[in-house]
Amino acid sequence: MTLESMMIVAAIMFCIGLYGTLARSNVLVVLMSLELMFNGVNLTLVALAKYVVPVGIEDNIAAVLTGQVFAVFIITVAAAEVALGLGIVFAMYRNTESVDLANATELRN
Amino acid sequence: MLFQEIVFWVLSVLAIGASLGVVLVKDLFRAALLLVVVFIAVAGFFVLLNAEFLAVVQVLIYAGAIAILIIFAIMLTRDVQHGNLPNRFQIPAATLAAVLLAVMVAVAVDTKWDLLAGQAQSRAQAVQTSAVRTLESPRDLAGLERAGFATEGERTAAQEAGLADLLIGDFVLPFEAVSLLLLAAVIGALALVRPR
Repeated sequence: MTLESMMIVAAIMFCIGLYGTLARSNVLVVLMSLELMFNGVNLTLVALAKYVVPVGIEDNIAAVLTGQVFAVFIITVAAAEVALGLGIVFAMYRNTESVDLANATELRN
Repeated sequence: MLFQEIVFWVLSVLAIGASLGVVLVKDLFRAALLLVVVFIAVAGFFVLLNAEFLAVVQVLIYAGAIAILIIFAIMLTRDVQHGNLPNRFQIPAATLAAVLLAVMVAVAVDTKWDLLAGQAQSRAQAVQTSAVRTLESPRDLAGLERAGFATEGERTAAQEAGLADLLIGDFVLPFEAVSLLLLAAVIGALALVRPR
């Protein structure tokens, strides 16, 4: 288990999420794929926090936790994103009786 | 060390396989359950990376709250069994994802990471796991001394260093901003789903 292998696993998760976000027509699958991308980014941040510390703050003992703080913020933002995203999904399902992104054309005309 | 390697490979296979399942499985409900598997595998990764607090948060917020929200949303929609259909951008999307993956792997392997040297690595690990070790044995000062904290002041600082200090110290402004964001998002979601 090295930094590189950890980052490669995270990159694979991120790219699977990217494919799902772009190539699926169901908005719920798109939301789930977004969560995959968030998790890939979080994994990268925490791995970097374990193996690398920025130059200049090596002497500050608490600074090795900076990457984990960033991961906490990302988890919070992901929670907000899911709450709002599912609200939009409900509104869309109520108006169009469908969760297919191809039918979400109300803003077009 | 060998045990860590085995755990890492098991978790990798689990995380990547379940991620593929989330995107490719036809049944939406199964896709959501596979998403829970991904979240728990990532929590295992966090434990491997000395981030125990984040592992707990991952299980509570992702595997608990977010997965349940998504499963609720799936159960309220129709056509769950065959819901996961591709759209017409499948080939460009797969190409883009593959190219991006190749670039990211090349960068990760090719970069000369300025890794922490032996002593600094053990110091970092001692700080990152100090929350759990403080719970285990409040006065594990010998372990901290072995990790390279020579003076009394350094040992105290290492034992007291934690995420909370950074969150309400150096990062207090983003912390407050993100709490406002969460509040605004929840109010927005309520306004969206309110019946008219």
